[in-house]
Amino acid sequence: MAEQVYFEDVQEGMDIPTLRKDPTTQQLVKYAGASGDYYQIHYDLNYAKNNNLPDVILHGALKNAFLGQVMTDWIGDWGTLKKLSVQYRGMDVPGTPVFAKGVVKKKYQEEDENIVECEIWLETHEGQRTTPGYAVAALPERE
Amino acid sequence: MTQESVITDEMRAAVGVESEVYVNDVEKGAIIKFAQAIGDDNPIYNDEEAARQSRYGGMVAPPTFFRSLRSGEMKVDVSSPYPANLDGGSEWEYYEPVRPGDRIAVSTMISNIFERPGRLGNMLFIQRETKYVNQFGTTVAIQRTTGISYQP
Repeated sequence: MAEQVYFEDVQEGMDIPTLRKDPTTQQLVKYAGASGDYYQIHYDLNYAKNNNLPDVILHGALKNAFLGQVMTDWIGDWGTLKKLSVQYRGMDVPGTPVFAKGVVKKKYQEEDENIVECEIWLETHEGQRTTPGYAVAALPERE
Repeated sequence: MTQESVITDEMRAAVGVESEVYVNDVEKGAIIKFAQAIGDDNPIYNDEEAARQSRYGGMVAPPTFFRSLRSGEMKVDVSSPYPANLDGGSEWEYYEPVRPGDRIAVSTMISNIFERPGRLGNMLFIQRETKYVNQFGTTVAIQRTTGISYQP
């Protein structure tokens, strides 16, 4: 695991370490089973094509999970995720990598907590941002 | 061009009505299966022994694990007249971790219905708020989702 990040180490404008994911059709089937979302556009190519889609597409909620992980990987064991929001603006397909990224927008203390607010997004390998989002987390401080 | 509204009185009346509650038992195996499906190998979601060394003292569920839980039946549901549906997104608020053995009561209500013209014609937006409450009566998370439907 990565080293714990502390509130003092964070500056507004700094990047969060990028998380690369390589979703496959197998992962979409696993996610369908684990989440109970069996909408066929995520694993049945004929069904997807009949719905005017170029390919099967990633579940929005799987992309949401990737954006959750980019935050929890960064804030570590002693960070606490408080809010996470995502908007599905574009489609992502299996077989090509996607990158979960983020940047710190604000840091402040509130009710004895060290809060960081981050803009986060999922980007295709061509640099298109398909899934913008926002996250709020509390971080530990060095004593 | 004016567009006839597809929002009926029945749909408007459904806003704010809480669904039934469905109680989900959170199993350790389901947490591991979910973590593996999203490809997150963090030990706090995958390995009880390692998780005991963590701040949480045991395994917890990943932030979007709630997607695998069932909500109670809607008392008054609305269905869109449009056949094509899109998931517009989610907003989460997290208050407490979820652990194996927790019993999470899930209920949903429609919080807002509106429509507006979009690239694909008239778009109907249905926003829902889902509440997750543990066996101690503590709200552990809230999810707000936006479903979008249209006539292709």
